[in-house]
Amino acid sequence: MDFQVVILAGGFSSNLVPLVSKEVPKALLPVANRPVLSYVLDLLESNNLKDLIVVVEGEDAALKVGGWISSACVDRLHVEVAAVAENVGTAGALRAIAHHLTANDILIVSGDIVSDIPPGAVAATHRRHDAAVTVMLCAQPVSGPSESGGSGGKDKTKKPACEDIVGLDSWKQFLLYIAKGTEIKKDTRVNKSILCAAGKMELRSDLMDSHIYAFKRSVLQEVLDQKPAFRSLKQDVLPYLVRTQLRSDVSSDQNNVEENGNGKNNMQNNEVVLSQVLSNASLPSFHQVYESGLDSRKTHKCCVYIADESKYFVRLNSIQAFMDVNRDVIGDANHLSGYSFSAHHNIVHPSAELGSKTTVGPHCMLGEGSQVGDKCSVKRSVIGRHCRIGSNVKIVNSVVMDHATIGDGCSIQGSVICSNAQLQERVTLRDCQVEAGYIVCAGGEHKGETFARK
Amino acid sequence: MGGQKKGGARVSEDAEEQSPQRLQAILLADSFATKFRPVTLERPKVLLPIVNVPMIGYTLAWLEYAGIEEVFVFCCAHAIQIIEYLEKSEWYSHPNLVVRTIESHKSISAGDALRYMYEQQAETSQIQGDFVLVSGDTVSNMPLADLIQEHRERKKKDEKAIMTMAIKQSKSSSLTHQSRLGTDQLFIAVDPLTKQLLHYEEDKIDHPRGSVCLDKSLLESNPSVLVSNDMQDCYIDICSPEVLSLFEDNFDYQHLRRHFVKGVLVDDIMGYKIFTHEIHSSYAARIDNFRSYDTVSKDIIQRWTYPYVPDINFSGNRPLKLGRQGIYRACDAVLSRSADVGASSVIGYGTKIGDGVKILNSVIGNGCSIGSNVVIEGSYIWNNVTIEDGCEIRNAIVCDGVKIRAGAVLEPGVVLSFNVVVGRDFVVPAYSKVSLLQQPTTEDSDEELEYADSSSGTADHLSGLNLQMESKASELGPDGAGYIWEVCEGAHDEEWKHSVAPIPKDKLAEITQAIDDDDTDDESVVPTSGELKSDADSINTDMNDPNDDYCYFEKEVEGTVLRAVEENIKVDLVTLEINGLRLSYNMESADCAGATFYSMMKLAVDTPHNSASELYKNAASIITKWKELLGFYVKKIDEQIEVIMKFEEMCQEPPKELGPLFTQILHLLYDKDVLQEDAILRWAEEKAGADETDKVYLKQCETFIQWLKEASEEEDEDDEDEEDDD
Repeated sequence: MDFQVVILAGGFSSNLVPLVSKEVPKALLPVANRPVLSYVLDLLESNNLKDLIVVVEGEDAALKVGGWISSACVDRLHVEVAAVAENVGTAGALRAIAHHLTANDILIVSGDIVSDIPPGAVAATHRRHDAAVTVMLCAQPVSGPSESGGSGGKDKTKKPACEDIVGLDSWKQFLLYIAKGTEIKKDTRVNKSILCAAGKMELRSDLMDSHIYAFKRSVLQEVLDQKPAFRSLKQDVLPYLVRTQLRSDVSSDQNNVEENGNGKNNMQNNEVVLSQVLSNASLPSFHQVYESGLDSRKTHKCCVYIADESKYFVRLNSIQAFMDVNRDVIGDANHLSGYSFSAHHNIVHPSAELGSKTTVGPHCMLGEGSQVGDKCSVKRSVIGRHCRIGSNVKIVNSVVMDHATIGDGCSIQGSVICSNAQLQERVTLRDCQVEAGYIVCAGGEHKGETFARK
Repeated sequence: MGGQKKGGARVSEDAEEQSPQRLQAILLADSFATKFRPVTLERPKVLLPIVNVPMIGYTLAWLEYAGIEEVFVFCCAHAIQIIEYLEKSEWYSHPNLVVRTIESHKSISAGDALRYMYEQQAETSQIQGDFVLVSGDTVSNMPLADLIQEHRERKKKDEKAIMTMAIKQSKSSSLTHQSRLGTDQLFIAVDPLTKQLLHYEEDKIDHPRGSVCLDKSLLESNPSVLVSNDMQDCYIDICSPEVLSLFEDNFDYQHLRRHFVKGVLVDDIMGYKIFTHEIHSSYAARIDNFRSYDTVSKDIIQRWTYPYVPDINFSGNRPLKLGRQGIYRACDAVLSRSADVGASSVIGYGTKIGDGVKILNSVIGNGCSIGSNVVIEGSYIWNNVTIEDGCEIRNAIVCDGVKIRAGAVLEPGVVLSFNVVVGRDFVVPAYSKVSLLQQPTTEDSDEELEYADSSSGTADHLSGLNLQMESKASELGPDGAGYIWEVCEGAHDEEWKHSVAPIPKDKLAEITQAIDDDDTDDESVVPTSGELKSDADSINTDMNDPNDDYCYFEKEVEGTVLRAVEENIKVDLVTLEINGLRLSYNMESADCAGATFYSMMKLAVDTPHNSASELYKNAASIITKWKELLGFYVKKIDEQIEVIMKFEEMCQEPPKELGPLFTQILHLLYDKDVLQEDAILRWAEEKAGADETDKVYLKQCETFIQWLKEASEEEDEDDEDEEDDD
């Protein structure tokens, strides 16, 4: 499949402080005790996409990510790690690695997604329509990203913020309009020429962009070259392509011929046309109709692939999302975790030690070599490797990363304890985040706080 | 509102009591438009024949077939003719359909008509429940019973669902942006699940390009909105009685769509809802202009409107015999052997056609006589028309009693009104409208009650009508009779858009060119129209935003103060309101002070005055009266300085009337304790370092400031003295 995959793994996301740090870039944040990036890699591997470029912001982070990748999956995948400057934006990152891109089509995947929607389907849709860009859309979670409803009382009361507004044609094949969810506060303006050409447009605010895109390389590179001000794929490049789809400046086909104008390419083009004819021969798309009506007019297609509603999809881009992902991967979406669950719907590593009268409920995970004292209760939580947990400790809806130490009589709810952090005795935490290596003093009672060294 | 609610409740109770309810319809036998002039000067539009049957015949036959039991025919213009027709055609004595006529000569719009109905309703309560609202120029064969049932059930569940309108898919041309019926393209937004209508927009000819603007609340409240432009409004509505009372409440509603539908969609206080019903297999169209006349005629000949086709008697018409290739011919029509009647043509009773005549895609009425070697293509010849030898008629409408003398030519798009005579060998230019009546001027337009349906339209028309042609009865050649009507300025586009003639090729090429140009324009401006903006743009707008906000805020405050002055509202209420504005716009107290002061001074300037002293008096009286309001916001020195700065700004605004009064008013503000001397002095200090141009007003009030300074020093001295005394 002549597809190159670019994984935009980001760097140190400020949204995720204090969970990310110099030591742990965003891509390596643990979800059910393995880096979030591994979920993306698994997903791509399962779709037989093995030619990958992982783009990381910042040299240090790139080294860390590269180190992990070489240790984890060097034998299975062909992965290159490229470092780009920080804060260049997604479009900037692609500009920086443009010389690596050689395939006809590029699949761009955000490095922070945990999902089971098939990127291969996006690639197929892209090819079938010979599109300039194809966007994967997925259903917006109804009540926050938690379908489990375990703890989600809080999530349910809050109406989910609208992520994106998209306009689709009546067959839900083409993308006619896209705007940020925040634009919902303003009046929506729909371009008439596109609407007239398409006849109908369904505006949806219940779908969101899943940050998986397939681009025609020539189109992508032309846009990146022509518009040096574009920084973001989602906010600049994609809307630009959608807006100009009926008066295209990116003349994709011609370029192909010019660049490698040999017979082989022509044959490929013919194949593409043929496959198009076979796939949806009955109706020409409105683009073609429009093109035929006016001479000297070029169009390009912006397609969508709408993932099935039953598929799981979360982007790990906030602390809340981090909590949700961890809970879901060992809970409702446990097929993603790759672990096999016990009869009690939990995973307790054989080397973990449990004290007497300690219960580990369903939807829990207890990592390798962790020790839990007497009379503890663990519910719907992930506990990392080699953690030491004292007696009479209650952990609910929380994530405890590797090597954390929790003293006797602590109570932890809805919180994240990063690796090497230490809670002294009788600490009560609710909706708190504790930075890696931080020590929380004994006996404190905290709610909604962030513990980090200033 | 209370009374109307009661009315609504009463009717729905009735409905429950006596179900099944009579199915009723209101038929507007007047289009309240001038699109069919000059023909409609002499005959009401609903009586114009379409494929040899008056339009209203189609509408009534369809209503009867669809199970409507009682129809109210609302007549305005030429009411007598309509009543006569109904009597003659035996619709009055129809067994299944009770036809009642309502006459009103005062109504000049659909809104007026429905208001009249509402008034009648109070006395007679004829309308018992939901009713069908159609106009008399509708040709349709859609079943209504299901639609009415659907409407009733929805109404039972949701009291606010007051109307269901029928829509039909019809893609408008990508070039001309008009539907095949010649109407402007329509943009509607519908909730795909409930089919509730959310937005309704007819594309105006004035600004045909750009974007459709959907209100923000639409997407916020609906996860999915279907915007379509390939729908056509059939103007067939199922209405609940509330619709009538809504027209009564909103006396300015004239047009059913432009005013009523928009009004309902915008109004979220009453919360009334309109739903749509898409019809798929059946036919529905309204004859709104000459182009739709042409289109619908062809649809009838092609039998899309079955059973309302020429070979079936549905409205007292004599059925014609259908031959091959869609040729309908009356049995007693006399055709010469050498006459060539082409596909899709209709030839009426008693018509004689001479040698070598070519007829294609045309309708010829009853009792016509056509000489030899005449060519008729795509035209509509009504009854008793005489066409002499060798005429050529292409894409024209020829009304009853017209005489076309030998060798005359009608170019495409010509409309000949009743009894016009076209002279020998005369060529009637394309798109001309010819009538025996002169083009009416503003004064005599009262004679006929077919008005333009919007005020702007009326203005356009009337200005056009002024170009009356004086006594040129022989405009159609020496032996002709009739006036060629001038086309008014604004309607040049309509001429070819709404004509029976197809759009000429060069026009299409022109439009294509225009679209190309437009697009390039779009490119250069790219106002990104609500989509995500490129970085450069967003920076700009971000910078503008606070300013814009302030402008809006200022306007709002101005409005509030103005209202307060006019209605003499108490000061504390006004402050409450301004505080509310301050919170909603996220403004500082100083901004309030500035804006309030600004609006007060503006009020002073706007009050009529002749001289500077009068202006000062105005200002003084306003400041004296409303100083408490101002005082509320100018408690701090900073806020007072803001007021002075604002004042300075105002003085510089044209017409600079306030400029000379700067010192006087400043003094006044000081006297009234609005401004403290500290504030004035601080302002003076700040200004001292400014540019020369900025110091105009500082210089003007130098003496005043000097005086203030001295006064304060004196005070200080006094204080000191007092201390000394102690």
